[in-house]
Parts: sequence; structure tokens; C-alpha cells
Amino acid sequence: MRESAVYQIEKLKKEYSRRIVIDIEQLEIRAGEIFAIVGPSGAGKSSLLRLLNFLETPTAGQIFYRGQMQNGNAPLAVRREITTVFQRPVLLRGSVRENIAYGMHLRGERANGRVDELLATIGLQSLARASAVKLSGGEMQRVALARALVIEPRVLLLDEPTANLDPHNVALIEAIVREHNRARGTTIVLVTHNVFQAKRLAHRVGLMLGGRIVEVNDTAAFFDSPRDPRTAAFVRGEMVY
Amino acid sequence: MDEIFSGLAHAIQLLVSADPALMEIVILSLQVSGIALALSAIAGVPIGAALGLSRLRARGLITALLYTGMGLPPVVVGLFVYLMLSRSGPFGSLAWLFTPNAMIVAQTIIAFPLVAGLTMAAVQGVDPALRVQVRSLGATRAQEIWAVLREARVGVIAAIVAAFGGVISEVGAVMLVGGNIEGKTRVLTTAIVLNTRTGDFALALALGIILLTLAFIANVAMLQLQGKE
Ligand SMILES: Nc1ncnc2c1ncn2[C@@H]1O[C@H](COP(=O)(O)OP(=O)(O)OP(=O)(O)O)[C@@H](O)[C@H]1O
Ligand SMILES: [Mg+2]
Repeated sequence: MRESAVYQIEKLKKEYSRRIVIDIEQLEIRAGEIFAIVGPSGAGKSSLLRLLNFLETPTAGQIFYRGQMQNGNAPLAVRREITTVFQRPVLLRGSVRENIAYGMHLRGERANGRVDELLATIGLQSLARASAVKLSGGEMQRVALARALVIEPRVLLLDEPTANLDPHNVALIEAIVREHNRARGTTIVLVTHNVFQAKRLAHRVGLMLGGRIVEVNDTAAFFDSPRDPRTAAFVRGEMVY
Repeated sequence: MDEIFSGLAHAIQLLVSADPALMEIVILSLQVSGIALALSAIAGVPIGAALGLSRLRARGLITALLYTGMGLPPVVVGLFVYLMLSRSGPFGSLAWLFTPNAMIVAQTIIAFPLVAGLTMAAVQGVDPALRVQVRSLGATRAQEIWAVLREARVGVIAAIVAAFGGVISEVGAVMLVGGNIEGKTRVLTTAIVLNTRTGDFALALALGIILLTLAFIANVAMLQLQGKE
């Protein structure tokens, strides 16, 4: 196994009520990269992220995380290196600030300047004391990103992190993601419907279809000279699903 | 009509002067219902929460039993406790019949399904995605459960308030097992029944006003807590 692999996936399968949702022969995610997963709705992208966060146990196959095989019962110390910003974030009752500090609270740490920095970064200082459950969809999504970043994860899994945002905030979030990856070397797996976002952010891109990884390639090659005709069709926006 | 107004005037006078006989009844009512509520909450909140969190097959049956229990007629509970505590009953040797202890037992049985059932509903009402997301942020199993309970807290408080309203205002059970003995087991509801029968409307009205006020205070307190969310 390569030293640089954060995840090494072998013959991974996940079924829900006998229906195969994930069926991946082999996939590697490298330390410090931004890896984008694109694919149509229902391809299994969110399901794969749940497996990578060790929130569920695979039906078959293995996930090696930093060289160790893990499953849904990964030790707490391993789980605490990884976090997800979910497609539909659910915040806790309480203030925006409390929500952002929550991961620190779980680790027995006191909220500190990092929380305020992140509040400023996502442009929600003025709402620090507001009730989190009353925020708009886009504000919630930004709070969800901040509460993930506050714990300084080694691996950050992003599931459509800009789906509810206006162009200004899309640019803001993309800048934050890029900066975290660059400055801290955070490994990022980015699930997105938006091929242009993948092109802007990712080092490598994988196309997922019907639970399978069809093609993984460096971003430039993925878009300019895809190996698989399905990738070519998807990139051109011609994919019929 | 006159009777009502003069009754009302007298009632206010009794309330303002904190009439000792009246106060004794109020205090006993609060003691009996308060202890019954505490006991039912100590058992009902954890059990309701556990049921709300579990994915047991048998949960459907337990839920049906709890919901039936929520609608138990107090007088039937009173009858059951009476039989248990009567001299020839299994717990006759305790000699609790016609004492406040018997009333506490009966009201605990009435309050428990309300507390447990409504707590369960509150916990089930928490978005299931919350648990997964909290876990993803690094929660241990205990922290995960705590987060769900915290989200459900308004519903849990509502459950306790509803149970309080249920027991403080029931008359059938306390009448049967307490016996409405003056200075010993007479509470607000049984006193209202007695005083209405004997034509002492002023005292009955005063007691009724207190009963309503207690229920009102409990609900205002609950709304206050909800408003803070
Ligand atoms: N817990 C579950 N139980 C049963 N089926 C599930 C479950 N989670 C996902 N699925 C099914 O697995 C398939 C893949 O779902 P998933 O959410 O991973 O897709 P996705 O690629 O993230 O789609 P989208 O782009 O719409 O978010 C879907 O058909 C979905 O219905
Ligand atoms: Mg999805």
C-alpha cells in the first residue's frame, strides 16, 4: 500500500434491503488531495461518504484508513479525525456559536478564538447569538461547514456543500475549502453535482454511476481527455439518466 | 345567579386571608401530586427515552400499552390500588389504604404512562439525521444519546406538565383510596366534590380557582421554557 493513501478501498459493497448501492472494486484517496466525486442523483455518493466516515458498516469488502482496516465500529480516535458536512445539515437547538463550538465541546475542549475566527470567515458574526434552528438553508450550510472545520479534521467529507448558496457564498465556501486544503493539508472528498465546481477545486475527479466508480482521473484529464465514454457524456452534460 | 356571585366574593376572601383549612388542603394536594409526579418522572423519562431510541420489535406492543395507559380512567386505577391495599389484598399489611401514601401510589400509576408515552413521542420526533451528524462530529454513544435527549427536552417538559395537570385534577382515584378524610386525605378535587354537595359553594369555588391557577402556572412555565428555545 502506498504511504500517501488516506483511504484504500477494496471490493467494497453496501446493500440496503438486498439492493446494491455501492459496488467499488478499488479506490484510493490520497493524503492532502481534494478528490471530487461527481455523478447523477442516486449514484451512491452520499452512501459512500457515510462509509468513509465509518458511520455504517460495509456489506462486504474493506476500507483501509491510514493503513488500518476499519469498519462501522472504527475506534473513537479514528472517527474523530474525520467529519462530514452533510447534504441536508441538521443543527442543534441553541445559538449559532454553540453549534460551531459543538465538536470542541464533545472533545472536552473549551470554545476559543477559533470559533470566532470561523464565524467571521463564514460571514455570520452578526448571527453568533441567534437561534441556529431558525437560520435560512444557506446560513445553516455555512454553519455546518464551520462546525466541521472547528475540529480541524484530517479528513473532511463534503456532501454538496454549496447546494443552497448564492454565487457570492459559493465563491466564499470554495475559497475556504481550498485554503484549508492548502494551508493545513486537510484531505477533502467533495461530492458535487456541479462539474464546474469539481473542475475549479479538485486535484482528481471520480465519476460514480449506479454505485460503481466508472473513472478516476486527474482533473485536467478527466475533463479534457476522459477514458470512458460515459465520463465524456457526463462532462458534456449529455448523460441520460 | 346571586349564589354564584356571593360565592365568588367569599372565595376571594378565603384566598386573600389564606384560610388555614384551605391551605391545608392545597398543601396536601401539592404534596401528593408532586411526589407522584416526581416518582413517575424518575421512572417514566428514562423508560420513555429508551423506548424512543430503541429499534426493538416489541416496541409496537409496548407503545400500544403505554397509549392505553395514558387513557386509563383514574377511578379504575383507584379501584385497582384499593384492591391491592385493602386488608385482604396483597399489600394489605402496609395499612396504606385511606392515607396519602395510597393516593401517591394511585397518582403515580396514572402519571407514569403519560410521562413515558409523551417522552417517547418527543424523542421519536427528533430528526434521525441529527444522531448521525452528531456522531460524525465525534460524539461517543453516550454523547449521541444525550444530544437527542437535549433536542427532545421541550417535549419531555411538556410530558411532565401534562402529567401534573392529569393528577392534580383527577378525583376518582384519590376519592376511592384516600377516602376524603378531613385533615388527613382531603385534597382539592375531593373537597370540591364534598363542598358542592353540601352547598358550600364559596369554598368549592375558592378551591376551583386554586386548581385552575395551578394548572395555569404550570402551563405558563412550560411556555416560557419553550420560548427560550
Ligand atoms: N438508508 C438507506 N436505506 C435504503 N436505501 C438507501 C439508504 N440510503 C440510500 N439509499 C439508496 O441508495 C441509493 C443511493 O443513495 P445516495 O443517497 O447515496 O445517492 P446520491 O448519489 O448521494 O444521490 P443525490 O445526488 O441525489 O444526493 C439510492 O437509491 C437511495 O435510495
Ligand atoms: Mg447525496
